[in-house]
Amino acid sequence: MLGREALLFFQRPEVTLTDFFFTTTWQPAIGKIGIWALANATLLTSLIAILVSAPLGLSAAIYLSEYASARTRSVLKPTLEVLAGVPTVVYGYFALTFMTPLLRVFFGSDNVQIYNMASAGVVMGIMIVPLICSLSEDALTAVPRSLREASYGMGATKLETAVQVVLPAAVSGIAAAFILGISRAIGETMIVAIAAGSGPAFTFNPFQAAETMTGHIARISGGDLSYDSIDYDSLFAVGLMLFLMTFGLNLISQRIVARFREKYE
Amino acid sequence: MKTPSGFPDGPALHAVVRGRNLTGRIWQYVFLLATSVGIISLSALLYNILDSTYGLMAYEFNVDPATVSDRPLEELSRDELTVILQANISKGAFNKLEEERPFTQRSREDVYELIMERVVKLKVIETYPLTDSLFRRAAIEAEVAQDYPDAQLTFRAWLKPDFITAPMSSKAEFAGVRTAILGSLWLISITIAIALPIGVGAAIYLQEYAKDSFLNRLIQMNINNLAGVPSIVYGMLGLVLFVRALAPLTSGAIFGVTDSNGRTILSAGLTMALLILPLIIISAQEAIKAVPDSLRQAGYGLGATKWQTIWSHVLPNALPGILTASILAISRAIGETAPLIVVGASTFIAVDPSGPFSKFTALPIQIYQWTSRAQSEFHNIAAAAIIVLLVLLLSLNTTAILLRNRFSRKLY
Repeated sequence: MLGREALLFFQRPEVTLTDFFFTTTWQPAIGKIGIWALANATLLTSLIAILVSAPLGLSAAIYLSEYASARTRSVLKPTLEVLAGVPTVVYGYFALTFMTPLLRVFFGSDNVQIYNMASAGVVMGIMIVPLICSLSEDALTAVPRSLREASYGMGATKLETAVQVVLPAAVSGIAAAFILGISRAIGETMIVAIAAGSGPAFTFNPFQAAETMTGHIARISGGDLSYDSIDYDSLFAVGLMLFLMTFGLNLISQRIVARFREKYE
Repeated sequence: MKTPSGFPDGPALHAVVRGRNLTGRIWQYVFLLATSVGIISLSALLYNILDSTYGLMAYEFNVDPATVSDRPLEELSRDELTVILQANISKGAFNKLEEERPFTQRSREDVYELIMERVVKLKVIETYPLTDSLFRRAAIEAEVAQDYPDAQLTFRAWLKPDFITAPMSSKAEFAGVRTAILGSLWLISITIAIALPIGVGAAIYLQEYAKDSFLNRLIQMNINNLAGVPSIVYGMLGLVLFVRALAPLTSGAIFGVTDSNGRTILSAGLTMALLILPLIIISAQEAIKAVPDSLRQAGYGLGATKWQTIWSHVLPNALPGILTASILAISRAIGETAPLIVVGASTFIAVDPSGPFSKFTALPIQIYQWTSRAQSEFHNIAAAAIIVLLVLLLSLNTTAILLRNRFSRKLY
């Protein structure tokens, strides 16, 4: 399967790698193929998403594993699982009809475009919270009880135990969770396709519209596309980039877990 | 006060401890708050969707219905409606409609819709969400009366039985999700038929038969990684592999179907199967792994062959786990949109899918399509379609839980 993906990449004839990686305009029809116009939007939305979801997810994981009583857990965990099961197209609808108007109220509708990366990023963050939360919680609960008991025995409070003893012991699992979260955000399609705008743009302003790699693939292939055009071929270059990015991140995450896992007993 | 070694003692110590406990308690609430964000966003999401599903709608007719017929249009029968339609549109247009589908075969609703579209030209001006409709009704009425003197205001439930049974339409007021639901069901049946046997088979092989060789480790690693590949990449794979390379098969050309290209339900189902295969394999492996080894040993001890042991001991014990995982994977497939867009789901189809080789649309595709429209009434029907989708998913997940409970009771 991986081999096939790679083959697709070489279907593109008249394209140089330097153009691909070092220019910032994406218009394959006229030969402009700077991937950064798309990759920048992808990275920006993913950054926003991880900035939202990392603190939320980690705090929720700490609360669930260290503080929550069995009853609280039995309410909170299913809710988070439901959140994880909501289809992404629903999140896209949510971003466009709820988050965007909300942002426009807060930051003024002159500053915030109707389609903007911030709204897509924030909703994407909410979407990733359950993933990060459940993976981090697994890592935290895997820390043996004896460590906590020892810490309490030294007179540490619950917070000190959680943050200074349990958290460092579980850091590899948590890092892996974050990386998986980023990878998930990069590969997410529907939220950005609906809420982040259509039309590649190289901008660092999160309140402007820009098209991500996934959004671009969805939009271009959504229309009736002739199979031999450069637009069609360029999709596979973008797709391959996407695949390599997420694949790399997933590999790194697995390595981290394997390499840095603290072994107890 | 301090101890000889420099640590605080006495009242100073108490102050420090109090401070530390206070910090601890504050952070506890911060953590709780972060956890509740999940609940808050879920409620916001549901509220936002329900809010758009019901509400006021302002609309107007370009032609007053009273000039077309002396009785209210709602009360007329199909044949009477047909006569009105024939009288009010050009002969050519009427013949074209007749050619598409003879009027004797059309339903009353269909003809009614045509009249709304072609004769009186109903136009939705503005829609209002539920909360506004309930609490600001007077203000909305005043606003509509001022801005659109000809418009009428009515309370509209976008999600109603008609919405589920009506086929697709270019008018939001008449659009329904029947074609989309049927498309989704076709899609899921094909996905299950392909992914479940292959997935469980692969899991059995990897868990029970495969030796710890380099090749098998490579396969295992690949499966784990594939589970993390973005779904849109699967869509592209499906586009190349199923839509284009296997076009003769997926378009049904070798079975004598001539009127389609590779963009069929079959292609989409195969792509979806590819997408959920790693998920099914991984969780089926987990389920098989969880079957205690003593059961296998007991099987061997009674002289059973390896396959007999697997078939009659390991699999039944792993079944609840496998079932749950499969249903969860399938509910993922139902909600998945991106690969379908790439594989080429049609966005506008008024005809029910008739088999694996027909063009198709699916619920999430419809939602995407309607959400991307600018007019607010399309957002309303998108919200209604989302509720249909969520109910479908919820019932699937409930089935998963019920099945698991039932099977686990039988076994132990």
